[in-house]
Amino acid sequence: MNQKILLNSTEIHIILHRLACQLIENHDDFSNTVLIGLQPRGIFLAERLTEILKNEYSIKNIKSGTLDITFYRDDFRRRDEPLEANKTNIDFTIENKNVVFIDDVLYSGRSIRAALSAIQSFGRPTKIELLVLIDRRFSRHLPIQPNYKGRQIDVINNEKVIVKWKEQEGEDIIYLIKND
Amino acid sequence: MSQLSVQHLLGIKYLTKNDIELIFQTADHFKEVLNRPIKKVPSLRDITIANLFFENSTRTKLSFELAEKRLSADIINFSASQSSVKKGETLIDTVNNILSMKVDIIVMRHPNVGAGVFLSQHVDAKIINAGDGTHEHPTQALLDSYSIRERLGNVKDKKVVIVGDILHSRVALSNIFALKLQGAEVKVCGPTTLIPKHIASLGVTVETNLKKALEWCDVANVLRVQHERMDVSYFPSTREYTQLFGINKQILDSLGKKIVIMHPGPINRGVEITSDVADSNQSIILNQVENGVAIRMAIIYLLAQQIKR
Repeated sequence: MNQKILLNSTEIHIILHRLACQLIENHDDFSNTVLIGLQPRGIFLAERLTEILKNEYSIKNIKSGTLDITFYRDDFRRRDEPLEANKTNIDFTIENKNVVFIDDVLYSGRSIRAALSAIQSFGRPTKIELLVLIDRRFSRHLPIQPNYKGRQIDVINNEKVIVKWKEQEGEDIIYLIKND
Repeated sequence: MSQLSVQHLLGIKYLTKNDIELIFQTADHFKEVLNRPIKKVPSLRDITIANLFFENSTRTKLSFELAEKRLSADIINFSASQSSVKKGETLIDTVNNILSMKVDIIVMRHPNVGAGVFLSQHVDAKIINAGDGTHEHPTQALLDSYSIRERLGNVKDKKVVIVGDILHSRVALSNIFALKLQGAEVKVCGPTTLIPKHIASLGVTVETNLKKALEWCDVANVLRVQHERMDVSYFPSTREYTQLFGINKQILDSLGKKIVIMHPGPINRGVEITSDVADSNQSIILNQVENGVAIRMAIIYLLAQQIKR
């Protein structure tokens, strides 16, 4: 197994601020926008972006929630490991809102497909956008593309992208791991 | 811990503590789903479930049906009164005929003890026991414990008294297994004629004085007297039963503490419980019904997960 640092903590810091600014550019004061972190790994990115928008760009009243897609996945009963559900927490309406899905890595696009189905149980948003930290662009199984991306990378299928967060794993760092 | 240790849900006695915890955690997620504007998930789109009710049921049947529909399963219903069972068909033949129509899961209520276990040994489908005679009613016990956990935070170390017709009650037996497994203390209370002889061997205590039992407990699970299963008289009159074992406001007010009141339904108002108690804020009877759907969704989901195509 060989591992390479894809992004260090300074680079991640810069990227998060850029993504926050891009969101402000399109969503102004966020009065009609909600951020939805996708479980399990997208919630840390969503929390971090919400913090930056609140503390550094003084945007108050940002609504952010978490969405679990387990029950909407297309690989139920098709994998060896059982699926484990996580918490969904959307305590606001999404009807006629702009929804921004937030996830750490965009790979096959299947999670996003499931999220698009799942979010409909909560109402009909005006628009849905996708923000990802890492876009593995040549790995898509479905016609899904991000609206905002931290870094686009070209990796092959046996390579794995691991995103670690300070709150969870002690440091902000992204590795590219190659199995020999 | 994300898989059940069992292949079927035949009774609580086959489950482990971890199984119960997994079912509760999964039910928590489904409870959230049930509070959404659209209360349906597509997980079981390619699963077909047959509900076989060889004995009458209102709430359990509706609850299972709703749980299955909320998971997007296809369902077929069958009740013995309108079937070929009356024409002499055996249980295995009936079920195998249904299975040849490509059914994956069978939910069965049957008047005979052990019908679920018997079926699980002879047919190739997941079996969920929705009540077998006077034996077990596992989904009811799970939703009862889940409701206690929801109201009191935990089942462990709670004192639960089961009041009423223990002898004929599958709810009582499943509840005893489930509560003991989770570390609760259990007492049964009722006329001595309606308490099975060797019940203490299950680790429960017996009390025939209702007031004493209620003073001891945190939760009282009140059962109906099952006249339909009685071939002889077990107590002199319903009136006397109500006087000695009926739960009313006066007796609850005299306790000096607020206990939680449960009932698996159907209620005989004015017999085992008065209306003011059943409808009071101490009662979680309707929460039990609501939680029943989430618990049954969790069980069906977890068993369906084991079916590989």
